[in-house]
Parts: sequence; C-alpha cells; structure tokens
Amino acid sequence: MSLTREDVTYVANLARLEFSEDEVTALADQLGAVLDYAETLSGLDTSHIKATEHVLAVQNVFREDEIKSCLTNEEALANAPESEAGCFKVPRVME
Amino acid sequence: MELYQKTIHEINDLLDKKEVTVTEVTQAVVNRINAVEKNTDAYLSLQTEEALEAAQGLDTELSGRTQRTPLEGIPYGLKDNMCTRGILTTCASKMLYNFNPPYNAEVYDRLSEAGGILLGKTNMDEFAMGSSTENSAYKKTRNPWDLNKVPGGSSGGSAVAVAADTAFYTLGSDTGGSIRQPASFCGVVGMKPTYGLVSRYGLVAFASSLDQIGPFTKDVEDCALVLNAIVGHDAKDSTSLNLEKIDYTNNLKQGVKGLKIGVAKEFFGEGLQPEVRKSLEEAIAIYKTLGAEIVDVSFQHLDYALSAYYMISSAEASSNLARYDGIRYGFRAEEYSDLVDLYKKTRSQGFGDEVKRRIMLGTYALSSGYYDAYYKKAMQVRTIIKADFDQVFGGCDVLLTPTAPTTAFGIGEKTSNPLEMYLTDIYTVPVNIAGIPGISIPCGLDNSGMPIGMQLLGPILSEETLLKAAWAFEQESGLTNLKASLGTEV
Amino acid sequence: MEYEIVIGMEIHVELGTKTKIFCSCPTEFGQDENTHTCPVCLGMPGVLPVLNEKVVEYATRAGLALNCEIAHFSKMDRKNYFYPDLPKAYQTSQFDLPICTGGAVGIEVDGVKKDIGITRIHIEEDAGKLLHESADGTLLDVNRCGVPLIEIVTEPDLRSAEEARAFAEKVRNILEYTGVSDCKMEQGSMRFDVNLSIREKGTEVLGTRTEMKNLNSFRALIRAVQYESKRQIIELKKGREIIQETRKWDDTKGVSSSLRSKEEAHDYRYFPEPDLVPIVLEPSYIERIKSKLPELPEAKKKRYVEEYKLPEYDAGVLTTTGVTARFFEEAVALYNEPKQISNWMMVEIPPLLKENEQSMETITITPALLVELLKLVRDKVISGTSGKEVLKEMFVSGKNAGDIVKEQGLAQMSDTGELEAIIEKIVADNPKSVEDIGAGNEKAYGFLTGQVMKATKGKANAQVANEIIRAVVARHLA
Ligand SMILES: [Zn+2]
Repeated sequence: MSLTREDVTYVANLARLEFSEDEVTALADQLGAVLDYAETLSGLDTSHIKATEHVLAVQNVFREDEIKSCLTNEEALANAPESEAGCFKVPRVME
Repeated sequence: MELYQKTIHEINDLLDKKEVTVTEVTQAVVNRINAVEKNTDAYLSLQTEEALEAAQGLDTELSGRTQRTPLEGIPYGLKDNMCTRGILTTCASKMLYNFNPPYNAEVYDRLSEAGGILLGKTNMDEFAMGSSTENSAYKKTRNPWDLNKVPGGSSGGSAVAVAADTAFYTLGSDTGGSIRQPASFCGVVGMKPTYGLVSRYGLVAFASSLDQIGPFTKDVEDCALVLNAIVGHDAKDSTSLNLEKIDYTNNLKQGVKGLKIGVAKEFFGEGLQPEVRKSLEEAIAIYKTLGAEIVDVSFQHLDYALSAYYMISSAEASSNLARYDGIRYGFRAEEYSDLVDLYKKTRSQGFGDEVKRRIMLGTYALSSGYYDAYYKKAMQVRTIIKADFDQVFGGCDVLLTPTAPTTAFGIGEKTSNPLEMYLTDIYTVPVNIAGIPGISIPCGLDNSGMPIGMQLLGPILSEETLLKAAWAFEQESGLTNLKASLGTEV
Repeated sequence: MEYEIVIGMEIHVELGTKTKIFCSCPTEFGQDENTHTCPVCLGMPGVLPVLNEKVVEYATRAGLALNCEIAHFSKMDRKNYFYPDLPKAYQTSQFDLPICTGGAVGIEVDGVKKDIGITRIHIEEDAGKLLHESADGTLLDVNRCGVPLIEIVTEPDLRSAEEARAFAEKVRNILEYTGVSDCKMEQGSMRFDVNLSIREKGTEVLGTRTEMKNLNSFRALIRAVQYESKRQIIELKKGREIIQETRKWDDTKGVSSSLRSKEEAHDYRYFPEPDLVPIVLEPSYIERIKSKLPELPEAKKKRYVEEYKLPEYDAGVLTTTGVTARFFEEAVALYNEPKQISNWMMVEIPPLLKENEQSMETITITPALLVELLKLVRDKVISGTSGKEVLKEMFVSGKNAGDIVKEQGLAQMSDTGELEAIIEKIVADNPKSVEDIGAGNEKAYGFLTGQVMKATKGKANAQVANEIIRAVVARHLA
C-alpha cells in the first residue's frame, strides 16, 4: 500500500503542518516506503494478543490533593511570543 | 595522561587525596573544550564560566571537610533535551530556539545535588529524532575518530563530549538506541536503564513509553557511578519505579564465572558489517575464557520490532509535539493570517524535515480508520516482542549482540533515505519496546580504525548483571577509556 | 403525524478538589489571569502529569451516588486537537475504559416517575478560558486548564425540556449533596451539552441529531431544548433533512444557529496516555467510599416526613440542596421544633437572602442564631411580627436577636399592672366605644386594641391586652 497525495494533505491538516507541492510528493513516497515496510506487521496474527500500553505493571500512582506554589504571572508569560494584560495572546478566534 | 583524559573514578582518587582541586580538574576540561570543541561541535551551549565559578566555590567548601561524594566536583554535560532553569533548552530545534525553562529536569536536580558541575548542553538530533545528529537545526557534530563521520544519534553530542574528553561524563536519552548507538560509534560506554528507573520529568518528550535517560562514560565503573546518582523514584513521574536504592558499584567486579550469555542468530543477520561480526566473535571467545557459559537462543518475532517501533514512537511523538504551537513559548512564525495559519506556519517553519516526517507518520497511524492497522497492531506486537525476550531470558542471564550493524557512516551518507537511516536502529529498538536495560561498550576497531560497539541486554532491572558482565570484558580486553585521534589537528 | 423528542445529555461538572487534576495548582475560581499555573498545566516541554487521588475518589463517589458500576480497571487517554485553550493540544480524558458505567437517576415530571439511564461517567481536565477583550486578538487565561471534570453521559432517554430540566436538577442536587462539586452554574462548575433528535412517535430508529454545547443554566437548557425541538419539527414538516452538526445556543437572542466550521469532521486520534498508569480500584476501596456516602436527597426527604412529621412539601423544599438540609438539621438539633424552623426557613429567610445578596451557601445567619430568635418568639418575649423585624435586622447588622430586642425595646409588655393602667385610661377616654360594645358591636374591641398597641408601640402582648380590655370594658358597662 502506498500513500496518496490526498492522504498526505489530510494528515498534514490534522497535524497543523503545511507542505509545498514538491514536499507532498516527497512525503507520499517516503512515508509510503515506511508504511510498506510496516506492512510486515499485517502478516502477524495478533487477534488474540493484548496490547501493551505500559511495559511495567505499575498502577494507581496518585498525588495528594495539596496545593503547591505556582509560577507568577510574569514567569508564566516569560517565554510567550505575544502577551497582553497578563494573558497569552493569539489572533482573534470566534466565540 | 592528561587530567581531562582520566575517568571519574581516577579523578575521584586524586580529589580524595587532595592531589588536585576541583578547579584544576574543571580548568583542564575547559581548556580541552577550548582546544577541540571547534573540531567536534559537541555542545550547543557552554557554561564554562559558571562551571569554573562553581568549581572554586566547591573547593572552598571541600577544604573544610574530609568526605566528598563520588560525582562531587566532576564536570559533565547534558543533552539539550533536559530542562535547565535559566539555561536555554532547545532540543536542537528552531522551535525552541529561545526557550528558557522555569523548571529543572529531575536528573539535573539530582546531579546538582550530587555536586556535579555542568559544562554545557550537548547537540542532538532535533527532538531526539534521528540516528546521526545530522538533524540538529544548529550544527553538525563530528565523530572524534574521523571528523568526516557522524557520531551517531540522537545523543551524538553527549557521546562525542565523552569520546573527545570534553566532559567526564554526559547524560543522553534513548528512545530507540539514541544512547547505545552513538556510544558504539564513538567508542564509549553508554547505557539505557530499565524503563522507569530514571525519572523522565523535565526530559522533553519524544515517545513517552520508550524514552529513558542514561549515562555516557569513559568506562564501565564510571557508568555505575553516574547511575547511582540518577536512578531513583520521582513522585513527579507517574511511570517512575519506586524501588529500594542500590549501589551499582557493589557487585561490579565479581566476574562472569557461570554467567549464561545468550547469542541469537537474529542479531547476526544480513547487513552486518564483517568486522563487526568478527569483533563480536572475539568478544564471545573472551567471555568463554572468563568462565561464562555461551548459549544459543533465538527470537521468533524480532523482524517486527522495527516497524512496531516506528509506529509507536511516531504516534506518541505526533501527540507530544503538538504543544509546539507558537502560543505559550518558543518560535512563532512572523506572518500569518489567522489562528489556523499561525499554527501551520509556526509548525512548518519551526520543525525540521525529519520531525515533520515523524509527526506525519504518527498522525497517520492514529487517524480514523488506520488506528487498528498501525498503532494498535504495533502495541500488540510489543506484547509479542516482550514475550520473546521473556522466553530468551528464560535460557540466559545476558544477551550479547552488536549495538549497530555497522560502524559510524559518513556525514551526509544516509540523509536522503529515511528508511535506510531507520534501519541502523534495528538492534537497539527491540530493547526500548520491551523496556529492558541495555549497555553498549567498545569491543574493537574496524579496518579503518572506527570503534565497534557490543550490546549487552538483560531482563527488567538487571543493570547490576549487565554492568558486571561489561566490566569483566572491559578489564580482560583492555578496551577501556579509548582515545580518539580527533583527526590530524590535535 | 405525532413527533417525539429524543434527548441525550452530557453534563460536565468541575470537581471541588483543592488542586488541579494533574498538578498542584489551586482550582480556586475568579483569580487574576494566569496566576494559578505551573509548567505542568501550561503544557511546557518535558513536564509530566500525576493524577490527583481526590479526583478518583470524587468520581467514584459521584458514580455510586448516580447508581453506576465502578470499573475495576480504567485508564486515561489522550484526545488530540488544536485549540488555544488546550495547552498540550490534547485533552487528557478517558476513552474506552471510563471509571463509571451504567447508572440511572429517577425523575418525576407532572406526577410521572421515570428512570434516566447513565451510560458512563469519565474523568477529564478542563480547558483554559479565552477572553475576547483585546482590540486585535484573543487572550488566553490558563488558570482553568487542568481543573478536574467529570463528564456524565446519559442514554437518549429524555423526551422533553421539562424532563431534561428535572434530570439536570436532580443530578445537580445529588452531586452537591455528595460534596464532589459546588455545582455553581454561574461560575461554570456545571455545564450541559444536549444531543437532540426528532422521530415519529412509536418508531424505534433515532433521527439525525444536533448537538448544543455549554448550556450554563437551567433556563438556557429548557429554552434551548424547546427552540431546537421546534426548529427540527418544522424542518421535518417542510420535508427537509436534519443536518448532523453542532449548534450554538444564543441565550440572549433565544435562538440556536449552525456552527458549521470549515474544518472537516473531527478526528481526535484517541490513544492511551503513556504518561499515566492505569487506575485499578479494589472492591474494598469502592465499599469504603460507599460507606462514607452521605444520605441522598430522596432518603432525606422521606426521613423528614417520618421523623420530623413535616408535610411532604416542606421536606421537599428543605432537601433541595445539601446546605439547606444541613442548616435545617443543625437548627433542629438545637431546638426540637421542626415545623416552626421549617416555616421560617421557607417563608421568612428566602426574601431576606435575596435582599441582602446572599444564598444558603453564603448566609450570615447561623442555625444557632435563628434558633435564639425562634425561642424568643415561642416564649412570647417578642411577637411574631417583631420577630420578622428582628430577623431582618440580624441580616443587616449581624447582631444576635437578644441584643436587637434589647436595643430596640421590642420585648413584649406582659406586665398586667402596667398594661391595666394604660388600658383603664384608654377605655375611660373612649366612652363611645364602650357604648358601641354595649350595643353589641364587637368590632369596637378592635379599635381599643389598636389604641393599646399604639400607646405601647406594639410591645403589648396582644393576648394579655385583649383579656384586660374585655375585663375593663365589662366593668364600665356593669
Ligand atoms: Zn499547574
């Protein structure tokens, strides 16, 4: 199986990336090759196999409900590309 | 031997006997950096002024007491994906070109606590995605054994700093071999501990279920010393193991008599460089003379590991790297028409090609209609690979494999073909999939004088056994604290 | 053709924990923008979440109170999408293995009782707030990011706006009782999403549904359901198809409108959260939470009728919210006159709360203070009328009833000697009234009583005064 240009464009939008026409072509090829390689997986019957989400059987890791210190407003915004009135600023979004 | 060439435990002897000061040690390595960093480009940023200041402060403090701890006053480097408060943390990405974290990675706090002296942040593949450190947005790090060759990756800068004696040790991160493969390419010791042994807090995430921090050192004993400082439960990391603390130097020198060392033909297949194969065979012979028992073992499903790895790691990466959106920190594109355009321009300009490729691959693997075929399938294969390792470790204590199919390749040699680059990780990725520990140590040189690495693997939490096996080989072979030529200039 | 409205609801409730779900920042509402943040809730690189144990406890408690099964094994998942109020660009939530499943809540509308099925309850994190105050952009406040939520998802069992409201109120009531949330709708602690479709009555197949998100009052819920069901029926009558979409409810204009965005259908790419480990709850844990569940409204109401002999109506009103019930029970514990307390709580207190911009949550009068007042009335130290005045003053000045009665000289005059002298004088001054009474005009007593009240500034004990008046008049007529 290979990847179509439409697939690439759809996924790019989901990932909030944009590519030139040439890049789309190249990605369709490169990702297609990786996916073709991954096709080996489909040869393996895993219908009765449980997925492993965590390699170690750790469970129930909780935190106590206790307040600890926060960043100041200045610290929180220190790395922001744009800010105003103590807030991060983005282009206008509709409500 | 110059001061900067020594191992941590050798420096420890000198410091403990007060034959040298921390300042002398730090100055020696800073001088070394000034001399060779222009050739190797291991560091993205340096803290040498602050390091010397800290060294002087520590000397004053140490003069007043008799005891010092093993890493106290030892200069080191950190891969630039570990957060350091007040020091830029870029992940070698344009996306974080100006990111100044208001918090520290847990490992940095631990090393600071242990009296470590930070020299700088080391170069890497952007967001740790790559096998040659060529994906850094800032510079190409060069292999000290041949400056025209790659150091491996993604922790290339950390491997080179240790190989070129511009740090006594460094930390790297290993998602699919990013510590072991560059250690192998640069002729140093590199270890990926069991998943969960070292806190990931403050390690900029690539693939959360695979990432693990570990040390690069000049020999195996140093590896144990660094491990002692960074291993331990951290309440800030839910996947951190809560275990009793152990001293990894305790059983280091016990030898390998009676140890069952497994050799699997699946790790010696097609594409393995003949000198690597030969070197591994010699290593096996050495283990025999040391009294280890060599046993044949075999894997059923190893062929599936690489595909599963690229699906899992890319899927997790696509989600982990979604937060780089130009709103709260880091790079923001200069021109954009609206919010969606801000996202797209920022991310398209801020990320390099390989990162974008992985995000695309991972987004695809998780997207509607493909989840079961790719992501879920890969997570099921993970179960099978784990079972394979369980079965293998039923028959042996340690598995001996090559770290990489070849020695270091030329800069630019594999950049045009991503899949070929991915194939260089074939022997390291199964380890991350299973969460087990692995160590790479030098086991010889190829015909052009490039280091060959050998990988020792063990079941979950077998670090002590791996270190013991590695130390015994290192002592017997004499392949320890190897010195690279650094080309012709030095 | 007769149509049937089919409604399913999703209710988001902010849990009343001290700290956020994955970090130790406070959840407090109404603070300065971006002052309750840390690297974790800001979604900075390399940070990791650790689940707040209280979130698990509260979600379990809510699930038990809503008659759900508590999952032995549940896990967190990531829901991926880009939006400025979501710092990590994924919401940590639960996808296929939520913490609670299969509950039910009984409602009653117009005397008809029915059970509304609860499909599931899951744990997730709230998003930040976007403020539209800047001239040339939108501002982001991260304070709310990571405030813990539960999302309650119902079966499509609701059939009218009234049922939706009754259900929503019942859920609010129960959650507030169990103490897992303050359910303050004006602060966004409880928000409703409504999925609504129309089908021909008697058919089983569901029609195409629309979704309206973030309705934040019962009024908005009712009006949105009424408007949207009417709209869909009109569309169907015109022979048009209903488009599956998200619609925005404008509560000011009272209309819903399509939120058709340029975006294609959402593809959230859910996958298990690798940074959080599974939640495994043993039966013993669940039992422990169950044993600590407070008495729920239904049971409480029943008990008030049986134990306190209150009318069903009173018991219903007093158990509407947990705070009201707690106030009542504290008062009864101090003073065993349930009906008197109930009357004052139902009749006198509500208008005073409104006047003083208080609620039962913020009321300044304690049960003990109310009881002190009611005892003064019972002992006839003051009249009921004066008592109401005293209560009003208690709200305003915060003083206790005894002090107010003393300061304003409101204590009733029951001293017969003093009263007799006043009444003798009044009767003597009003011979016409005495004459009228003699002629059989009983109303003239009222005039005399009024004069007494005037002369004593209302402090005369009415009963005592009347007895004396009758005696004095009788003497004059004799
Ligand atoms: Zn926080």
